[in-house]
Amino acid sequence: MNTILEVKDLTMDFGGLRALDHLDLNVVEGEIAAIIGPNGAGKTTFFNCITGIYNPTEGEVLISPPGKKRKKINGLKPNRVTENGMARTFQNIRLFPDMTVLENVMIGRHCRTSSGIVGAILRGRSTNKEEKEIVDFSYNILKKTSLSHLVNELAKNLPYGAQRRLEIARAMATEPFLLLLDEPAAGMNPQETRELDELITRIRDEESISILMIEHDMKLVMSLSDRIFVMDYGRKIAQGSPYDIINNPVVIKAYLGEDIYA
Amino acid sequence: MSFRDDKIQEIKKSLLVSIWFMFLTFPIMVIRVNPIEKAVEWRWENMLVVGIGSFLLSFVWRYMLKKKEAGEKRAEIGESGNTFLIQKILEEPRFCIPLLITLTIIAVAFPFIFSMYQTNIMTTALMYVVLGLGLNIVVGLAGLLDLGYVAFYAVGAYCYALLNHHFGLGFWSVLPIGAVLGFIFGILLGFPVLRLRGDYLAIVTLGFGEIIRLVLENWNEFSFGPSGIANIDRPAFWDFQFSLQNATIYLYFLMIGLTLFTIFVVNRLQNSRIGRAWIALREDETACQAMGIDKTRTKLTAFALGATWAGMVGVIFAAKTTFINPASFTFLESAMILSIVVLGGMGSILGVIIGALILILLPEYLRVFSDYRMLLFGAIMVIMMVFRPQGIITNIRRRYKFNE
Repeated sequence: MNTILEVKDLTMDFGGLRALDHLDLNVVEGEIAAIIGPNGAGKTTFFNCITGIYNPTEGEVLISPPGKKRKKINGLKPNRVTENGMARTFQNIRLFPDMTVLENVMIGRHCRTSSGIVGAILRGRSTNKEEKEIVDFSYNILKKTSLSHLVNELAKNLPYGAQRRLEIARAMATEPFLLLLDEPAAGMNPQETRELDELITRIRDEESISILMIEHDMKLVMSLSDRIFVMDYGRKIAQGSPYDIINNPVVIKAYLGEDIYA
Repeated sequence: MSFRDDKIQEIKKSLLVSIWFMFLTFPIMVIRVNPIEKAVEWRWENMLVVGIGSFLLSFVWRYMLKKKEAGEKRAEIGESGNTFLIQKILEEPRFCIPLLITLTIIAVAFPFIFSMYQTNIMTTALMYVVLGLGLNIVVGLAGLLDLGYVAFYAVGAYCYALLNHHFGLGFWSVLPIGAVLGFIFGILLGFPVLRLRGDYLAIVTLGFGEIIRLVLENWNEFSFGPSGIANIDRPAFWDFQFSLQNATIYLYFLMIGLTLFTIFVVNRLQNSRIGRAWIALREDETACQAMGIDKTRTKLTAFALGATWAGMVGVIFAAKTTFINPASFTFLESAMILSIVVLGGMGSILGVIIGALILILLPEYLRVFSDYRMLLFGAIMVIMMVFRPQGIITNIRRRYKFNE
């Protein structure tokens, strides 16, 4: 299995506060990996560092997209990271509320298309063709995420679970090789969580997109992930299969609570 | 019984309002000091009018507010209570086509039916339509609050005035130069403000607008200072110069043409790849960038394209008035154009057109009320913003059909 994301020695300081402390992590092709940890452990900061929203103080983020060369991506702007094939969702939903569902997904196609101002005004043949491709591609993704009946709804009018799914659909439209999901199940009811479980598995199996997610819902994490990383105080305190993690005393102490699995 | 209690409550509230207004207007409406006869005149009848008037109006006010809240609730449930009558008409081709034909006939016949004065006002209104549509790209679509838009307008106007004064260049050759210069100044302003958003951006653009005006006012060798530039050529038709009357009509049709062109371009832009990127930028900057949109480029194109229209209208303005000075390009002008966009409905082309026509024509036709003209104008704006904060017409996103 090829390693597609390699994070070496990643450190992030905010003034005197060390949010990430020499973190090492890697994701291999075709796996679903999860990051867990108590609140404030630095999970979202980690996502922000590898997607270019923050520039890490130290360390390296390397990607090797399938069929492409290895590349260092820390210091790149978020849009360049997305262009390189890593797309993310946000912990607190960040859709474009006043755009329709379809348009939200169409935005994801932006970095894969190229028509400019002149093309938009003249609407020549190539622009029309590209526009049609964008619409078809986006609609196809909406079908896969079972949102196709909502195409023309405004994103803000969607039920919560559908908004979460739409965020995933939008990220998928950028054709990533690795999808970063920040608490995809937050605020979902059990039914919605089950559907999400199914959706994430399908994305991995049918679209061959690897997944790295931050999640608090332990049931979901245990059933989905191939590997789990545990963070606490900006450091990685454990990694391994769900079984290893459940039985790791350090993890139990830091995160799961000593009584639950005792 | 509760129904009657409600009524009594309402009347009590209205009474309170009317007493409050009588008290407020007491010094100006009731007391009049006559300094010559050294007497104080008490005009109690005015107090009665104010009292009864505000009593009745407070009922209307509350009724309107209730209606608005009911509309908002409906919109929350998901019913499209927000579509305006005009939008419904425009969606129906059997209404839309006759309406467009009527509008065309009116537009063509306008300068031949009405006086030159009316035609001039209409030309000005059309100029603001184009300015509004240009600013709409920056504020309405890309969500960048630009308070210095008038700077680009000034750039266009001085571009024509100076080139005409020094080199005798004609209107048609300067029009594209004005557009390009507007574009360049748009990028010049865009660069320093790339990192800013919201109120910070507003303040910097405000400063930029003032800088341009102050430079024009003080750099005498370049811009002839506050005395301005006079005797600018009116637009000619090749080499043929029109009489004053015909020139007015010519300018009117020229503005109609430019307006149609602007509508065409903005309409195409807003449903394009670039237009969607602008709207995404407005909705959520972080998410927009995380989805692979180059924030820098998107912002710069919005500023530059918005400024292009201002540059062009600036050239036309100089040609229309044949005299310009920095006093025409104050902050008030920027505020006016911004009001057009906000009042009309951010991001909506039809809304901006209606907004511009209302805001420019209303003060002209309110001249009948002479003294109360600006008071009425202000009141209308306040009422609009209370009852329809989203603007006259809300932008409706394009719908896509899939046959499956």
